[in-house]
Amino acid sequence: MINERMINALVLAGLLALPLYALAVDEPFTITLVTRAVILALAAVGLNIVLGFGGMVSFGHAVFFGIGGYAMGILAYHAQTYSTLDLGLFTTEGTKLMPVIWLVAMAVSGLVALIIGLLSLRTSGVYFIMITLAFGQMFFYFAISWAEYGGEDGVSIYVRNSFPGLNTLVPIQFFAICFVILCLVLFLKERLRASPFGLALNAARQSATRAETVGLNPMRLRLVAFVISGMITGLAGALFADLNRFVSPSMFSWQLSGELIVLIIIGGAGRLMGPVIGACVFVALEHFLGGLTDFWHVYLGLILLGIVLFGRGGIIGMLTRTEGAHV
Amino acid sequence: MSDVVLSTHNLTKRFGALVATDDVSIDLRAGEVHAIIGPNGAGKSTLIQQICGGLKPDAGRVELVGRDVSSLTTQARAKAGLGRTFQISQLCMEDTVLENVLLGAIGAGGSPWRFWRGALGLTDMRERAQAALHRVGLADAADIRCANLSHGQRRQLEVAVALTLNPRAFVMDEPMAGLGADGSKQLTALLDGLRAEAPILLVEHDMDAVFALADRISVLVYGKVIATGTADDIRASDVVREAYLGTEA
Ligand SMILES: Nc1ncnc2c1ncn2[C@@H]1O[C@H](COP(=O)(O)OP(=O)(O)OP(=O)(O)O)[C@@H](O)[C@H]1O
Ligand SMILES: [Mg+2]
Repeated sequence: MINERMINALVLAGLLALPLYALAVDEPFTITLVTRAVILALAAVGLNIVLGFGGMVSFGHAVFFGIGGYAMGILAYHAQTYSTLDLGLFTTEGTKLMPVIWLVAMAVSGLVALIIGLLSLRTSGVYFIMITLAFGQMFFYFAISWAEYGGEDGVSIYVRNSFPGLNTLVPIQFFAICFVILCLVLFLKERLRASPFGLALNAARQSATRAETVGLNPMRLRLVAFVISGMITGLAGALFADLNRFVSPSMFSWQLSGELIVLIIIGGAGRLMGPVIGACVFVALEHFLGGLTDFWHVYLGLILLGIVLFGRGGIIGMLTRTEGAHV
Repeated sequence: MSDVVLSTHNLTKRFGALVATDDVSIDLRAGEVHAIIGPNGAGKSTLIQQICGGLKPDAGRVELVGRDVSSLTTQARAKAGLGRTFQISQLCMEDTVLENVLLGAIGAGGSPWRFWRGALGLTDMRERAQAALHRVGLADAADIRCANLSHGQRRQLEVAVALTLNPRAFVMDEPMAGLGADGSKQLTALLDGLRAEAPILLVEHDMDAVFALADRISVLVYGKVIATGTADDIRASDVVREAYLGTEA
C-alpha cells in the first residue's frame, strides 16, 4: 500500500522538478503551464476547506477567484494609466505591488464570503448549491456590464506586477512565488485540519446534531470556514490574473466554479493534496488533449465518472485504498 | 422539590392530529435515575428532543437547575449542562474514538476557535477525553476509527462523549438499544456509578436495566404520563400492567 505522505511529497517534488527541468532545456511555456496548475491548485485548496472539511458544495467559488482577479486588474489598471480610483472614503492611484494586491484581494474576498455565507449557509444540499451558483452569476453579469473595466473584454495589464527583490517577468521567478504560496497555504491547511476548529468543522459535516449536542454551533463554524476559503481562492484569483496579465468576466463563470469542484473530487475531497493532484490532471488533460480535440472535457468527464463510481476517495483514495470525506 | 435538577412543565407537542407529548410534567432530582418507559411510539424520543432543544414544544417549558431553558438552542442547552445520548448513535464515523470524545471536551470546555495548535496536543482536553474513554471501558480503542467499532462500542462511545461535557444532568435515549445481555449488564453498571455525578433521565426498553437502575419510573403512553413511582409501585400498578407491561412482557 502506498502511503499518503509519500504521494504528497512526490507530487510537490514533481511540481518543483518539472519547471526546473523546463528551465534547463529552455522551455518557458512548460513553466507557465505548471504555474497555471499551481494557481488552480491554490484556488481548489481554498474550496476544499469548504467542500472537503465542511461538506458545503459551493458552486460559486468563482466569485472569489474573480474578485481576486479584478482586485489585481483594477489596482494595476489605475497604476498603469496614472488615473485615480475614487473609493468614496479615500482615493488611490492603484498599485503594481503584488503583496498589496494580494492583501486587497483577500480582504475583499473575505468580506464578500462573509456576506454570501450569512445569506446562503442557512440552506443546505441543492438549495445551497443553487444560491452559491446564483451569486456567481450575479457577479459574472455585473462584471460584463462594468464598462469602466472593459465590460465583456476585461482589463489587460501591460507588464506583470512586481514583487520586491524579484523579476516577475521571468517565468521561473513568478512560478517560485506561486509555488511558495501554495506550499505555505498547504501547511496552514494541514494545521487547520488538525486544530480544534478543524476537528469541530469536520464533525459538523459528519453530524451537525453531534456538534450541537456538545455545545458547538455548526453554522458559525461553517461561516468561518467559508470566509477562510474565500480568501484563499481570492488570492489564487489575483495570481491567475497576474499570470495571464489579463482579467475578464470569465473568471466569474459557473464553469470555473464547477471545474474547481471537479478538481477536488478527482484528487480526493478533504485530502491535503487532493486539489493539487486534481489541478495537475486537469491542466495536463487540457494541454495534451485540448490540442487534439475541442472535446477534451469529455475525457475529464470520463475520469470523473470513473472516480465517482469506483471509489469516493479520488486518485489519492485509490492509491492509498482509503475513503475520502463524504460530502 | 428542592433538589430538582431538570424538569418539564406541561410540555405539549402535536404532530398534526397526533398529540405526541400531552401535558408532560416530570422532574429529575439530584443523584437519581429516573426512567421513562412506554411502548413504541409513545413519544419518549419526542419528549427527549424537546428537553434537549431539537424540537420546539407547542406549549410548556423546560427548566435546568432552576433556569428556564425553553428558548435556548441545542448548543446553548448543552453548554448549560445537558449531556445527551441518542437512540440512534450520532457519532463522527470518519474520526477516531479519541477524536470523538475530544470533540466533546472542546465543545464543552474550550473553544473551537483555535486554528493553529493541534487538537490532539491540547493536554487538558485530551486528558478529559481519555478519562471519559477510561470510564466506559474504551481506553484501548482510542485510535480506532469510529466506523470500525462494534455496535456495543458505539453505544459506549455515546456515553463517553456525554461524559466529557461534565453535565448537570444526563439525558439518555435507549442507551442499551441493540446491546446483548453482557453489554447491557456492563452499561447498567456504568450508569449506576454515573448517577453520583449527575442524575440520569433514562429512556429504556430493557426492563432488567430499568428495574436495576431506576429510583423512579414514569410510564408514558400515547404522549401522556400515566404513572410515576418507584419500581415496586410501577410493578404493582394495574393501570401500568394493563397499558404497557402486560402487552410487552
Ligand atoms: N417529526 C415527526 N412528525 C410527525 N410525527 C412524528 C414525528 N416524530 C415522531 N412522530 C410520531 O410521534 C410519535 C412518538 O414518536 P417517538 O419517536 O417519540 O416515540 P418513542 O416513544 O421514542 O418510540 P420508540 O420506542 O420506538 O423509540 C410516533 O407516533 C411517531 O410516529
Ligand atoms: Mg424513541
